[in-house]
Amino acid sequence: MENSAKNKELYQDMVKKASPDSHIFKDCVKAFIVGGIICCVGQFITNYLKELGLTQNDTGIYTSSVLIFISSLMTGLGLYGKLGKFAGAGSIVPITGFSNSVTSPAIEFKKEGFVTGLGAKIFIVAGPVILYGVLTSVIVGIIYYFIK
Amino acid sequence: MDYLYAFLVGGGICVIGQILIDKTKLTSARILVLFVVLGCVLGGIGVYQPLVDFAGAGATVPLPGFGNTLAKGVMEEVDKSGLIGALTGGLKASSAGITSALVFAFLAALIFNPKEK
Repeated sequence: MENSAKNKELYQDMVKKASPDSHIFKDCVKAFIVGGIICCVGQFITNYLKELGLTQNDTGIYTSSVLIFISSLMTGLGLYGKLGKFAGAGSIVPITGFSNSVTSPAIEFKKEGFVTGLGAKIFIVAGPVILYGVLTSVIVGIIYYFIK
Repeated sequence: MDYLYAFLVGGGICVIGQILIDKTKLTSARILVLFVVLGCVLGGIGVYQPLVDFAGAGATVPLPGFGNTLAKGVMEEVDKSGLIGALTGGLKASSAGITSALVFAFLAALIFNPKEK
């Protein structure tokens, strides 16, 4: 009895030692490729809009909006979730991941009502992101005002 | 060439996120918050913009780019209207992103139902 417990522990130690590095490397390659591709899609939209003669500022706004739209649609169709299982951070870190984190709970919690379900849960990830982003920006703004 | 830089830098930022997820077990929500805050700080001290100039969408599409937009907006508004710009600049610059995320999410929720797992 004691022996088998010891063996089990030993085995788990071995697994722990063997798995993480190869795991992380594989995850990173997938994240790198998918994240890179999403950014290239963004670059393609940007280049296309620039050719249409949009200003730098407008180009940025439209590019984000188009990516956000694509991601919302893919989330609705259940495709972005599948991409996420494969790509990990490659699908979380781009702005499409932000859009996915807004759309996904909105769809999920619709059944709990439009106000306390969809309306509240739509901010489950976007809320903290906006809160801490804005908070940081206010601090940046105040410091900038005094040292510029 | 701009596609190559966008791919390398954008992919690289995602790899940083992946390492954080694997090594620290941070949830994706925390990663998003961390990257936006980080981008905002880097934008504030002026080191993110050169990356944007170099990598284009490779730097603006990942979430630190969103943080950089907040910082840039706040500094432009401070230049234009003084201290009050610290309150108005961030959301002003990011309004399109936030609004489209909310609107498209709402529309998607109207059209689609949750997928069976």
